[in-house]
Amino acid sequence: MASIELKNIVKIYADRKRGRELLTIDHVDLSVESNEFLCLLGPSGCGKSTLLNMIAGFETATEGEVLVAGKPVTRPGADRGMVFQQATLMPWLPVWDNVAFSLKLSGKNADERRAAAQPFIDMVKLTGFENHYPAELSGGMAQRVGIARALLLNPAVILMDEPFAALDAQTKIEMQEELVAIWQRHQGTVVFVTHSVDEALVLGTQVAVMTHRPGRIRELIKLDLPRPRDSTSPEFNEYKRHILALIREESALAKADMATA
Amino acid sequence: MNWLASIRDHRDRFIVPVVLILAWECLSRSGLLPASLLPAPSTVCVTWADWVFGIDESSQANSGRWIFDALSSSLRVFAGYSIAAVTGIALGVAIGWWRWVERTIEPTIQMLRPVPPVSWIPLAIIWFGIANKPAIFLVFLGAFFPVLMNAIHGVKTVDRNLIRAASMMGAGEGQILRYVVLPAALPSIFSGLRIAIGSAWMLTVTAEMVAVKSGLGYVLWDSYYFMRFDLVIAAMISIGLLGFLTDGAIKIVMGRILHWQHGQTVQGRNH
Repeated sequence: MASIELKNIVKIYADRKRGRELLTIDHVDLSVESNEFLCLLGPSGCGKSTLLNMIAGFETATEGEVLVAGKPVTRPGADRGMVFQQATLMPWLPVWDNVAFSLKLSGKNADERRAAAQPFIDMVKLTGFENHYPAELSGGMAQRVGIARALLLNPAVILMDEPFAALDAQTKIEMQEELVAIWQRHQGTVVFVTHSVDEALVLGTQVAVMTHRPGRIRELIKLDLPRPRDSTSPEFNEYKRHILALIREESALAKADMATA
Repeated sequence: MNWLASIRDHRDRFIVPVVLILAWECLSRSGLLPASLLPAPSTVCVTWADWVFGIDESSQANSGRWIFDALSSSLRVFAGYSIAAVTGIALGVAIGWWRWVERTIEPTIQMLRPVPPVSWIPLAIIWFGIANKPAIFLVFLGAFFPVLMNAIHGVKTVDRNLIRAASMMGAGEGQILRYVVLPAALPSIFSGLRIAIGSAWMLTVTAEMVAVKSGLGYVLWDSYYFMRFDLVIAAMISIGLLGFLTDGAIKIVMGRILHWQHGQTVQGRNH
């Protein structure tokens, strides 16, 4: 059974200021099998974050249906983990308590939370930083806490909204490697939104390239590349050339649309 | 001598008050003004010492009664302030969080807010008589609005993404309020509490001048009738001192609770 199914999703925003309706997502059909790592790739404003927010339950589709593990999504919930673009840690809680925040919600005491958080803190290589506060962490470290927090819920589905976009190049590469390692050990379905072709090719088992607005799936590409991914291999660059060509076409179409509008 | 060393370490804090007091002493002794209108600091100190310890009856009927006056003022502040803090925080969080509460309650509150608490004195006396109750009522009025406004502001400015993150982990509305909104609003709530303690002292003293027959404010006003400006000044200093101490206590509690802010704000930088 597919882990995530998007059935004929349409999203129309009412633009009240200008008194018109804006079609942002136009009949997206997509199904993600269990343990896939899907990268949603597209130009900014194509609706990729909107799709992710629908799977998360923050937004509802105007038409169509989102199913996770066969059940329609109606609201945010602990069956899906989410890692945001900004780490969104509670600034008043130390690292260990941020990681174990979901256990605070289920009423576990501090000792239980601390013990449960430790393996996940170790997993994202923050051992020794358990008692630090978010303000004392670098961007990369904060994002690791966010990942550990999502993993502790042990969700079947993890949603990631450009989580590494704000990191410097070196940290980004490290985090990508670690994320793949964690995903391989942990298993689970990942939907990862990005606008970086390289990132999608380093991480994904498949890449869904979206069109410009209104967003549709332009092409779903299964990546047949050995891990660890070698971004200098001919196969890698074959995919990259193909995807870049698609994106270039889309941005040309977007510009043409702007010119006629 | 530990305290001597600590004075030496904080020498810069004492320069301004010492210079001011010396200048005042010189001015009073110079005879430019009648001594009864501007008593010298030394006179004030002697009167104050008698008010506190009952040494030479120089403060007449008040001799040795300072602790009772200070206590009765403090109790009024404590009572009114506590009620204001609890209700202000609760109502502020409710107004900030639920739109329907905001729509139904906020307009009324915003109309009452500009009415100076002092203008409630006639009604307070009619309703509560002359004793502790009207003073507590006025203190409550003065402290309530700063707490309320800051609590509303604190809740309204909570980062939406924190709420999203919590709801993604399965938090219900009550849990979001308790574990996200309230802690995130605390810095703002505490600034409200600190403004409120100032208003609380202001209104206790005002109430005591008019509607109560005890406390530091009463002594102050009573001494004015007898032209005892040394006592007036001693009362003023007493009020300032107690206000300073209560604010310091709130600051300590705030520092304990908001310790996570250190290193993130100007406050946390090294002095």
